[in-house]
Amino acid sequence: MKNIEFSEETLKTIREIINRYPEGKHKSALIPILHIAQSEFEGWLSPEAMSYVAEILNIEPVEVFEVASFYSMFNLKPVGKCVIEVCHTSSCWLMGAEDVINHIGKRLGIKPGQTTSDGLFTLKTVECLGSCGTAPMLMVGADFYENLTLEKVDTLIDACKSSGKSSSYLVDKMLG
Amino acid sequence: MGKKLLLQNIDVPGINTYEVYRKTGGYKSVEKVLEQKNPDAIVEEVKKSGLRGRGGAGFPTGMKWSFLAKPEGVARYLVCNADESEPGTFKDRYLMEKIPHLLIEGMITSSYALGANTSFIYIRGEYFYVLRILEKAIKEAYENGWLGKNIKGSGYNLDLYVQVGAGAYICGEETALLESLEGKRGNPRIKPPFPAVAGLYGCPTVVNNVETIAAVVPIVNDGGDAYAAVGVERSTGTKLISASGHINKPGVYEIEMGVPVEEFIYSDEYCGGIKNGKKLKAVVAGGSSVPILPADLILKTAAGNPRLMTYESLADGGFATGTMLGSGGFIVMDETTSIVKNLWNFSRFYHHESCGQCSPCREGTGWMEKILHKILHGHGTIKDIDLLWDIQSKIEGKTICPLGDAAAWPVASAIRHFRKEFEEYVNNPESIQDVKHYFNVHNVAEA
Ligand SMILES: Cc1cc2nc3c(=O)[nH]c(=O)nc-3n(C[C@H](O)[C@H](O)[C@H](O)COP(=O)(O)O)c2cc1C
Ligand code: FES
Repeated sequence: MKNIEFSEETLKTIREIINRYPEGKHKSALIPILHIAQSEFEGWLSPEAMSYVAEILNIEPVEVFEVASFYSMFNLKPVGKCVIEVCHTSSCWLMGAEDVINHIGKRLGIKPGQTTSDGLFTLKTVECLGSCGTAPMLMVGADFYENLTLEKVDTLIDACKSSGKSSSYLVDKMLG
Repeated sequence: MGKKLLLQNIDVPGINTYEVYRKTGGYKSVEKVLEQKNPDAIVEEVKKSGLRGRGGAGFPTGMKWSFLAKPEGVARYLVCNADESEPGTFKDRYLMEKIPHLLIEGMITSSYALGANTSFIYIRGEYFYVLRILEKAIKEAYENGWLGKNIKGSGYNLDLYVQVGAGAYICGEETALLESLEGKRGNPRIKPPFPAVAGLYGCPTVVNNVETIAAVVPIVNDGGDAYAAVGVERSTGTKLISASGHINKPGVYEIEMGVPVEEFIYSDEYCGGIKNGKKLKAVVAGGSSVPILPADLILKTAAGNPRLMTYESLADGGFATGTMLGSGGFIVMDETTSIVKNLWNFSRFYHHESCGQCSPCREGTGWMEKILHKILHGHGTIKDIDLLWDIQSKIEGKTICPLGDAAAWPVASAIRHFRKEFEEYVNNPESIQDVKHYFNVHNVAEA
């Protein structure tokens, strides 16, 4: 487990975000900061991470938990290095999302919501991600993979395996 | 080719950059309003244009703007709704990704009209790469003097920020969005007070969809009358349609309001017909929340007139035989589609996305999902179909926000138009062959 503490550089970014809002309205920065925390602290929000964010914003830890638990992008349990999020809503469903989910599940030996025992992959089903015209689709980190075929899915899984591709997406993307 | 007012330059190479966007006439609307120095005149033009909100409800934008309270010494806010989570809808993503400066230009012009000095674009968390595109474009706008203090020497100040969500359909509902922007759970607020009086941080606020705000640019440039001259009846201007499902050419199309549905589905200019030469079975015309219509009723109204892509024509016949334009999420289903299975998928979605504040929605969406699962797996009874009908009727209109209606309408319309198919699932469960279960595995950690 990494130290639950942001770097000076990250703290600078966080101060910039807080300064966007009127005085006394700094709680508006909570969701952006939780994204940063999740990406810096191994892809999930531990109770320690949430308390740390509460401290930064000078609010109660329960206020942070209340928000973190509402939004589906926040993981409140540890996840694999590479989180594969497959859309299973309307158009993706019509275009074969079920086959994609079953294929990934079989290859990795897990069901949606589970993590492989080597800690490499988590499989999640998610609701419509606005790629319905290029269905079926999945997301890894901030990257969209669209017009999926089972071959494409296999190539992606292989690439994740060999590169150790991590979905701690916001680290480079948010601070880049 | 129909007239385009938003995407006419979408194929110009480099249109996503400031330089190219500016060369094609970008930011002219900002120059115009800063020169004229008459914010109320902009509101008048928007009223004249007949523009209606493109987020789904179709509320007249000019009227909404004129409701904005203007107490002395109190900040006003413009918040752009870029949450885009209605299944089947992906037009805002397309616009923001391909031509981000159009949204930013619209935000500046609209903020000036409303007298806002700080504005936000609230974007769903999953659109992270789009957020980066917007941030880059905003930086370019600051560098070129379109944002910040004393814009182009006018004395007008405006800061524009992108706020990120974190995965919650309900945050597309405007008051839930404001709660989320304040750093809270996305629970919709009881109205009144409306955001126009007490919105973000309790201040007067206008919330508008991405496409609505982009449409302000051509309205200011060419005048409200020119905008109103496009389209038919009270459906003025153009509309971005997200087309998906079993069609040859899925994608985002800017249509002139009034294109016949039949032309939209079968013409090569748009969807290019049904995939693999199959027959059309049904369409969900305005995002998952609107009533589903069978092929005959989507192509022609009950009175036998061609159905057009307009607010009025799609709604012709009320819910008995019509539907809604909604967000313009046009989902096409071919003859092989199981309506029951599709409805179960929608109901699962609404159950997952209910915020849980109102009992009819929180409980009802779960019951509907369960009953549909039961029917889908061959364990349903005729009574279950009636029970589904009963439940949806007890959600509609009985919740704080319209998510309840959005969950009820797909169920009501599917039963209304396809009851026979539900009965078939009940009477001949052995005929159901296409139900898959996620396979079972053991010895893995639950995430
Ligand atoms: C459950 C629910 C989800 C919604 N999602 C969106 C959305 O993703 N984008 C949007 O612009 N409007 C959405 N709306 C509509 C908004 O509440 C609001 O009417 C709209 O943003 C106003 O902008 P407009 O007048 O420009 O359409 C949603 C409404 C409900 C009830
Ligand atoms: S239904 Fe999958 S992205 Fe919209």
